[in-house]
Amino acid sequence: MSDAETPETPEESTEGTEDTGGAPEPPPENTADRLAQWQKAGGVVAPVVTAVLAFLVGGLVVLGTGSNPIEAYRGIWNGTGLEWFFQVGSYEVGLPFSDTKVWFPWDPSSRAAENLQQTLILTATLILTGLAVAFAFRCGLFNIGGQGQYFVGAYFAIWIGSSFAGMNSFLHIVFAIVAAALAGALWAGIAGILKATVGAHEVITTIMLNWIAYFTGLYLFGQGGPLQNKEQVFSPTSNEVLEDARLPVFWGDPLLQGLHVGLFIALGALVAFWVIVNRTTLGYQVRAVGFNPDAARYGGISVARNYFLAMAISGVFAGLAGAIDMLGWRFSIGFSDIQSGTIGFVGIAVALLGRNTALGVGLSALVFGSLINGTATRNIPPDVFDIPEQAGNLSLTIQALVLLFIGADILILYLWRRTGQVLGVGGRGGLVGKAEPEP
Amino acid sequence: MSESRVVLELRGITKQFPGVLANDHIDFDLRHGEVHALLGENGAGKSTLMSILYGLYSQDEGEILINGERVEIDTPKEAIERGIGMVHQHFMLIPVMTVAENIVLASEPSKAGIVLDYASARARVSELAQSFNFAIDPDARIENISVGQQQRVEILKALYRKADILILDEPTAVLTPQEAEELFGILRSLQRDGMSIIFISHKLNEVLQIADRITVLRRGRKIETLPAEGATEEGLARLMVGREVLLRVDKTPAKPAEPLLQVDDLRVLDDREIETVRGVSLDVHAGEIVGIAGVDGNGQTELVEALTGLRPVLDGRFSVDGRDLTHAGTHHILDAGVGHIPEDRQLRGLVLEFTLAENVALHDFDRRPYSRFGWLRLGRIVERARRILHEFDVRGGGPDTLAKSLSGGNQQKVVVAREVANDPRVLIAAQPTRGLDVGAIEFVHRRLVEERDSGRAVLLVSLELDEILSLSDRILVMYEGEVVGEYGPDVTEEELGVAMLGGTREKEAAA
Repeated sequence: MSDAETPETPEESTEGTEDTGGAPEPPPENTADRLAQWQKAGGVVAPVVTAVLAFLVGGLVVLGTGSNPIEAYRGIWNGTGLEWFFQVGSYEVGLPFSDTKVWFPWDPSSRAAENLQQTLILTATLILTGLAVAFAFRCGLFNIGGQGQYFVGAYFAIWIGSSFAGMNSFLHIVFAIVAAALAGALWAGIAGILKATVGAHEVITTIMLNWIAYFTGLYLFGQGGPLQNKEQVFSPTSNEVLEDARLPVFWGDPLLQGLHVGLFIALGALVAFWVIVNRTTLGYQVRAVGFNPDAARYGGISVARNYFLAMAISGVFAGLAGAIDMLGWRFSIGFSDIQSGTIGFVGIAVALLGRNTALGVGLSALVFGSLINGTATRNIPPDVFDIPEQAGNLSLTIQALVLLFIGADILILYLWRRTGQVLGVGGRGGLVGKAEPEP
Repeated sequence: MSESRVVLELRGITKQFPGVLANDHIDFDLRHGEVHALLGENGAGKSTLMSILYGLYSQDEGEILINGERVEIDTPKEAIERGIGMVHQHFMLIPVMTVAENIVLASEPSKAGIVLDYASARARVSELAQSFNFAIDPDARIENISVGQQQRVEILKALYRKADILILDEPTAVLTPQEAEELFGILRSLQRDGMSIIFISHKLNEVLQIADRITVLRRGRKIETLPAEGATEEGLARLMVGREVLLRVDKTPAKPAEPLLQVDDLRVLDDREIETVRGVSLDVHAGEIVGIAGVDGNGQTELVEALTGLRPVLDGRFSVDGRDLTHAGTHHILDAGVGHIPEDRQLRGLVLEFTLAENVALHDFDRRPYSRFGWLRLGRIVERARRILHEFDVRGGGPDTLAKSLSGGNQQKVVVAREVANDPRVLIAAQPTRGLDVGAIEFVHRRLVEERDSGRAVLLVSLELDEILSLSDRILVMYEGEVVGEYGPDVTEEELGVAMLGGTREKEAAA
C-alpha cells in the first residue's frame, strides 16, 4: 500500500497497529478527491449539477438558433404547470366520493393546474420506467429493454381493458394491471434467464426483445392484425379500453385528460422499490450480486437466480407503466404510437439522473416529466421559437445533454479511480458503485 | 560495510495530516553504498517520509540534506535532478510502449527536437542495461513482460536519470520468491557500483537478508536505527509492533478425533478446462490443522473452490461429517458447517460497498433470527455484527462502516470473524494472512489454532512455507494437481521444497 500520493498514516487515530493493506480515506488533496466526497455526501450534488449544466448548455443551443433562451425556459416553465404551487390563494376543493367542499390554498382548476396534471401523468409513467432501469442496475444489470417491457404491458392492458365487457370495474382494472405487470416481468425475465443460463449480455438481449415487442405490436394492431380496431381501418389502432376498465381521474376533467390514480401506483412502486432494496433478503441478494457477484456466490447466493429475479421485477415496473398509460389516459394504442414510443428509453435517463435510488428516481421523473410536457408544442408561446417543433427538439437536446453529463461525471470519477489505482489510492473496483453503467 | 560518508540526511521531518501526525520529528540518514531498510507496519509513516523526500509532499517541519547541503525538494522533478530515483510499488509505466521508450520518457533523445530518435534511445538503454548486467529486451512492450521485468525497467529508468539514491517502495510485494531473489542480486550489484538504496518493507526476513542498516518506524515515530548484523526477526517485530510478537505459533500437539472432511479421488477442471486437481484424497480430523503446501498454480485454488461449491467437481467425492456434499452447491455446503476464508478477501471475502454488518451477515442473512419471511431484521444483524467486531477487535469502524474503508488487516479480521462466528465444523483457510503484517498475522494464526483446539477440522492452504510449518499438524504437498507427499509437523523446509518442485514424484517414478 505504500505509495506516492497516499499518506499511509491516517489509520493511527482510528485504528491500531495491526492494520495493513488498503489505505484508509486520505484527506482530500485535490479536486477529484473533493468531487468523490461530494459523491459520497448523499450523491445529491452531482445530479443537480448535471441537470443545471444540461439546461445551461441547452440554453446556449437555443441562443445559437437565434431565439431567446430565457423566454424559451419561461415558456417551458409555464408549460410544466409547476408555477401552480406558487399561485397561493383561497380556493375550494371537493373531497373525493362526496359533495363536500373544503378550503384549499391552490386553485384546483386553473390553467396551471391543467398543465400540472399533464406533467404528473408523464411523471407517473416515468417513475415506473425509471424504476425498471434502476432495479436492474442495483443487480449490476443494464436494462435497455424498458421500452419493450412497457409495450408488452401496454398490449396486455389494452387487450384485457378492451375485452371482458360487463366485468366488475375494480376487478377489471386489477386484472388488466396485474396481467400487464406479469407480461412485463416475463418479457424482461427472458433476458434474465438468458443472462443467468448462457451468459448472454442483457444489453443485447433486451434490445432484441424491444424489437420483438415493437414488431409484435405493429402486427397485432396494424392493418389486418388480430387486435386491430375494426371500425377505424384506415389509421390502424387498437380497440378502446372500456369505460369500466379506465383508471379513475382524481384531479381535473376526465374528458380533458385529468390526472388519474396511476400516480398513486407509481408512488407506491417507489415505496415498494425502496422497501425491497433496503429491507428484504431479496434486496440484500440483489445488491450483493450487483456490487460483487464473486462475493455473493462465495456467500452462497445464487447469482443466476438473482439475475432472473432482478430482471423480472424490473419488468413488473415497466409493465405497470404500460398499464397505467393505457388505462389512465391513452385508452388505445395505435400503429404510430408504437413507432414513436420512447418513454421506456427516457426511463434510462431518469434512473441515471436519479442515481438508482427511490427518492432520486421520483425527483428525476418529475424533472423529465416537466421537461417533456413543458416543451410540448402547445405549451410554448408561438413567439418564442420561429418553428414550434424546436421546443420538442430542445427537450430532446436537454435529455441528451443530461445523459452526456452523467456519462462525463462517471468518466471523471472513473479516471480518478484509475489514476488512484496507479498511485495505489483507489483500491479495487472501477466505478464508484457498481450500479453505474460502464462508460 | 565500512562506515562511509552520509549522502542523505533527513532531520526532524514532521508531517501533519488532518487528524493524524504522519511523521513526528523523524531523523534518518543514508550512507554511500549502503542498503538502508525502512521497516514498519502499514501506517507507520514510511511512505509519507519517502514521499516528502521525493517531493510529492512538503514537510511541515524539518530539513533535507543531500551531501551535507540543505535542499528544498518541492516536486519529483527536483528530486530527480538531485539524483533521487524512486521505484513505486505500482509501476508508472506505459503498457503499450516499449522498454526503451518508457525508460527515456521525458528526456528522450530526439531528431531536430521533434521526432523521437528511437535508434539512439534503444542504444543508450541497451548500453545502460549491459553496464548493470540487466537481462532485458529494450524492444519488448511493457504489457508483454513480467512484473519482475517491469520493476527492472523502473530501476533502469532511475539509473537513466542518473540517480545515485534509489528508493524502493515495497519492491517485493508484487514479486514471486524467485523474482525477489533476482531483485536482491540486482540491488547488491548496484550497491557495489556505489548506489545508495532505501528499501521500504514490512517483511522481516527480507529486510534482514538485504539491508545493511534498518530503521524502524512506528506510528509516525522513529523507534530505532540498528545494524542488520545481529538483528533478529523477533527483535525487529517487537520494535515494529511495540510489544512481544509470537512469530512462531505457540501450540500444543494436536488431538485429532473423528474425520470431519473426507475427500476421495477428487478431480476438478480449471477455467481453461484443464484437469488441475487430479485425484486428490485427504482427510481432515476434528482438532487438527492440515496444511497444503505447494507452489502457486498446482491446483490448490481449484481444490478449495471445489470443496466450497464454487467450482463443479468432475469426478470423485467429498463429504463433511459423513454427509456427501460433492454436488451440493455453496449454500448447502455452508449450511453443513463449512467455514471458508477465501484467498482473495477483496475479490470474494467481502462486498466492499456493503457495511460491515451486511458483510458479517453474508452467509445467514436469509436465516432466522436475521430475517423472517423475507424481511431483514436489521436490528439483530447490526447487534450481532457489533458483538463480533468487538470480539475480534476489528478497528477503524463499526457495523455501519463500509467495508472498503477499512484497512486490509481489519478487512481480513472481518472475514475471519464471520467464518469462525458461524461455528463451522470444518474451516477452510486459503492464504489467510496474505498481505497482512506481523501483528495481524499473529492474530489470524492464534485464532486458527484456537479453532483447532475447540474441535474444528482446519484445512490450511498457503503458499508461505513458514505459515504451513508453524501451524500444521500434518502437511500435504500438492504438485501438478496431486498430493505427492504427506509429512508430520517436524518436516524441514528443504524436504518440503523438494516435494513442492516434484522431486518426490520423480524419485518414485525412478524407483
